[in-house]
Amino acid sequence: MEFIETLINGLSMGSTYAVIALGYTMVYGIAKMLNFAHGDVIMVGGYLIYVSMVATKNPFIALGAAVVLCILLGVTIEKIAYKPLRGASPLAVLITAIGVSYLLQSSAQMIFGSAPKMVNIAELGNLKFAGLSIPVYTLITLGCSVIIMTALSIFVKYTKTGRAMIAVSEDKGAAQLMGINVNRIIMITFAIGSGLAAFAGLFMLMKSPSLSNTLGAMPGIKAFTAAVIGGIGSIPGAMLGGILMGVVEAVSYTIPPIAPYTDAIEFMLLIVILLVRPTGILGKKRREKV
Amino acid sequence: MMTKLKNIKWNHYANYIVVAAFTLIFAILSLTGFLESSDKYLLEKIAIAITLAVSLSMVVGFLGELSLGHAGFMCIGAYIGGKTAVVLEPVLGEAPTLLISLLVGGAVAAVFGMIIGLPALRLRGDYLAIVTLAFGEIVRSIFMNSSRESFGGSLGLDTPRFNKDVLFIIAFVIVLACLAVTQNLIRSKHGRAITAIRDNEIAARATGIDVTKYKLLVFTVSSFFAGIAGVLYSYSNFTVQSTKFSYNYSIEILVMVVLGGMGNINGSIIAAALITFLDVELQTILTGNLAVLQDLIYALILIVLVIYNNAPALKPFREKHNLKAFIGKFRKPEPSKHRDDEAKWDRVPTKIKMDEVLSVDLQVSSPYTPDKAEKEEK
Repeated sequence: MEFIETLINGLSMGSTYAVIALGYTMVYGIAKMLNFAHGDVIMVGGYLIYVSMVATKNPFIALGAAVVLCILLGVTIEKIAYKPLRGASPLAVLITAIGVSYLLQSSAQMIFGSAPKMVNIAELGNLKFAGLSIPVYTLITLGCSVIIMTALSIFVKYTKTGRAMIAVSEDKGAAQLMGINVNRIIMITFAIGSGLAAFAGLFMLMKSPSLSNTLGAMPGIKAFTAAVIGGIGSIPGAMLGGILMGVVEAVSYTIPPIAPYTDAIEFMLLIVILLVRPTGILGKKRREKV
Repeated sequence: MMTKLKNIKWNHYANYIVVAAFTLIFAILSLTGFLESSDKYLLEKIAIAITLAVSLSMVVGFLGELSLGHAGFMCIGAYIGGKTAVVLEPVLGEAPTLLISLLVGGAVAAVFGMIIGLPALRLRGDYLAIVTLAFGEIVRSIFMNSSRESFGGSLGLDTPRFNKDVLFIIAFVIVLACLAVTQNLIRSKHGRAITAIRDNEIAARATGIDVTKYKLLVFTVSSFFAGIAGVLYSYSNFTVQSTKFSYNYSIEILVMVVLGGMGNINGSIIAAALITFLDVELQTILTGNLAVLQDLIYALILIVLVIYNNAPALKPFREKHNLKAFIGKFRKPEPSKHRDDEAKWDRVPTKIKMDEVLSVDLQVSSPYTPDKAEKEEK
């Protein structure tokens, strides 16, 4: 019984990672850049939820406002910081992303102070069912994530914009020749990723209500690790990697001797998987040409 | 004798001379009692930062692999070296302990550098970056959860002290050693092989360069010096805490390398010294909420500088207004190396704007066609 509870907890954590990882993997697949600032967009989403919760006391309005503003933030970051560097070396883009990450963290600290804020989204309690005691928030997280992932998969596969995204990630130049507006597609990708980050912010605040300016840093790194485990650039890979990561984390927390080393174990998992499959579990192998 | 002196390329040695001169000046100042202990601490920090930046610049700037785990190697050096010092101090006395712990810390870090270099042979670019980041976090997590007796756990490891009047001089001697090793490696045949791997790995392999060997070599040497910087850090702070070595610190070092200019050792030295100096000086001036302002301004400067230096759209502007062009204004123009009939390939437009081409073709009777202009002149 306890194991099933752990598993559900892990699935819920994992689906949060998966939602964040989707943001990383889509941006990587399409713009070929590591968006280091993605974790901090989650943090900004958290603060936006906090502010609008104080103002309206309604979690749905709060989430809506956070999603819209995060999308705006993501698109603005892309326009100002990343777009001028299109065609520059990947390292330059990475460093800019790191700069944006610091900028977001320090501006949040500037505005809200360094003391953590407490955000109570809603009193949810536990669901007792067939001898299991499951916190309701895990179920909400799980449900929302499944909906998000399904919707995203359908969007990418069956809409014109989604297929344009696949085309751009396959070959930017060829996509442009086919009449796809690459800049617009990249902007949409950032918008989707940042919108998902706001959702992830909500999930994380439901799990633990303490909100500080480093809220997104570690989950961001872990979700990125998850995206790499799954094969970066691949959407199902991000989901798989995220869930794997969450389950490993939850299981490892319940075993006392290895519990303190949970972070180390997760990163070890990454190294081991990359040694066996250098492009991740579902990543495509690319032949390099001279 | 004189001709020999003339043949030396002095600009190859300029950075040794500058660093050595600085060390000498500050050593004299220190011995005559002009330096306060906070100044000495600042100098130690600068030396540590330079060592870290130069060693990372070898991996990032010359081998062309992105490493986000440099703080991990420093962490290993700090803990292992610090522990060695704690154990040996009562037996051997101060000076031999320092020497041995520097070597041990560096050597252990080098072994781990080699281990991390192994996946580098299979992984490329961003994948390697995430592996090095993961490695740094693993190392930190292991030391953080160690027992109180072994490495101090979450409270940190208390390490021996060393005479502060001498420690910063030793630190700068290490900087010189690091410079000597790095520059001699880079300027040798091996260094050219390393930069060849950076520029095109497949081509380098095809010309018979042993890529495996060189990648491992660079990772090992780089992490050796990171380890040594870690040992210095432990001596400088008397205590080692794992929270210091998070990936944020790796990124700070990377920022020094990038701001200094990739593959430019002198740039890395200047950037490391400047950033560390500003960091420490501003910390005392800006307190409370203003401390955040410092981070904010750093982040902005970082973004603006990187965009300015790399944006393809700003290339013509950069070429017109850079330091070299500015200095060039005061120099006599050298005779051009290009012959008149030689094409300057960097000036060939790669993109032809279709609108312009079409508009020229269509406006046959525009007022600026040559024959009309001639008529008007008459």
